[in-house]
Amino acid sequence: MSTVRIPPVLRAAAGGERELELPGGTVNEVLEALYERHPAVRAQLQTPEGELHRFVNVYLNDEDVRLLSWLDTEVSDGDTLLILPAMAGGAG
Amino acid sequence: MARSYQDLLAAAREQVPEVQVADLASRREAGDAPLVIDVREQAEWDEGHIPGAVHIPRSFLESRIAGVAGPDREIVLSCASGNRSLLAGTTLREMGYSNVASLAGGFQRWKQSGQPYDVPRTLTPEQRSRYSRHVLIPEVGEEGQLKLLDSRVLLIGAGGLGSPAAYYLAAAGVGTIGLVDDDVVDASNLQRQIIHTTDRVGMPKGESARIAIEALNPDVDVRVHQFRVTKDNVLDLLADYDVVVDGADNFPTRYLLNDAALMTRTPLVHASILRFEGHASVFLPYEGPCYRCLFPEPPPPDMAPSCGEAGVLGVLCGVMGNIQANEAIKVLLGIGDTLAGRLLIYDALAMTFTELKVRRDPDCPACGPNAVLEFKDYDAWCAGVGRHAPEAAGARA
Repeated sequence: MSTVRIPPVLRAAAGGERELELPGGTVNEVLEALYERHPAVRAQLQTPEGELHRFVNVYLNDEDVRLLSWLDTEVSDGDTLLILPAMAGGAG
Repeated sequence: MARSYQDLLAAAREQVPEVQVADLASRREAGDAPLVIDVREQAEWDEGHIPGAVHIPRSFLESRIAGVAGPDREIVLSCASGNRSLLAGTTLREMGYSNVASLAGGFQRWKQSGQPYDVPRTLTPEQRSRYSRHVLIPEVGEEGQLKLLDSRVLLIGAGGLGSPAAYYLAAAGVGTIGLVDDDVVDASNLQRQIIHTTDRVGMPKGESARIAIEALNPDVDVRVHQFRVTKDNVLDLLADYDVVVDGADNFPTRYLLNDAALMTRTPLVHASILRFEGHASVFLPYEGPCYRCLFPEPPPPDMAPSCGEAGVLGVLCGVMGNIQANEAIKVLLGIGDTLAGRLLIYDALAMTFTELKVRRDPDCPACGPNAVLEFKDYDAWCAGVGRHAPEAAGARA
């Protein structure tokens, strides 16, 4: 099981959860487990073609999975998967 | 038997050889200069000294000499007229410094002989008092404080992040602070925008911040830019500043600033906030990753709520704005390890700091080797016009 951290903007779609423990041996499998639990998250992370949106970053521990093996990156027990869209807030 | 001052000087003269101004000057011209240590008091040093000399007041000579020179180093001691330096020479000889001489006639004769001398820029007595806790830190010191006073920081937004950042940068003595904001103070700002006050509701934010900064620190020159940053004004704006602190509230401004910071090679100190979560990083143009290496594209508007829509904890702004002030000071002074190459995520609810690695993207459309960097229509781009998510995702994978 790995820990998936949900950013504030996705929490409504993830039933208000901040962190979930999910199974899966690759980034893709963990994300599929997430979509199974919270189907509304899928459209916010992926295109209809199944690609991750370009504005969403996914980190395995502290590394961007873009620089690893993308969705096929292996995930081990105890790893943390962090989903990170950009935030704009500052002045307002 | 008691010994007079003259007796002591005569004894010192027997132990410590004297060097004439002309000899020291010609050796310096020949590039074969011994180390000159000026043992006068601070106020005398401040009025002028031999260029390149090291200043150790006589009373600190024994305790500080080891940090400046080893016992075999050739040293010429200098004071005002050549007496204190003679006596200081006997002390160094006692400490095992064998190659020590004294400058005959001291700085007065040096100056009268028409030799060049430096009058250092120093902190005023008021500044020395105001910034004493900075001056005490070895990494800052008087030199660093003077550097801060000469520095110019541009803050984008005098709001949630800009308020604490401007306050602390002003307190730190950053000499020029520019504030870009076209908004006016609203009562709903005061829960977090601490540079503004209840009686200034309705006032332009830049003007309100100017009042607060000038009351805090009269050393700071506040420049208010009461407009929005656009591609037409951003390059002229950035050209006048050493560091930009990004506290913007929208993606078009953030992407515009990133591209302009690259074009002008201006370090960009980033932070963003929402509810209980803050992000911070430092983007050093072409040395580290840029904002578009981290986030190549903005999320669609429905995934990018503003603080006005989703809310933000007031204290979070203080934490993140001060992290920005901290990073700006480090960039200005060239000290420590900045957040360049790292994204810091602060979760105020869980009270955790998470650090992610951010690397330069070799295919970055802004700072990559093949990038053609030009301004675009950031408003349309951030609204999703001209972007096709599936293609983009494929290109990125």
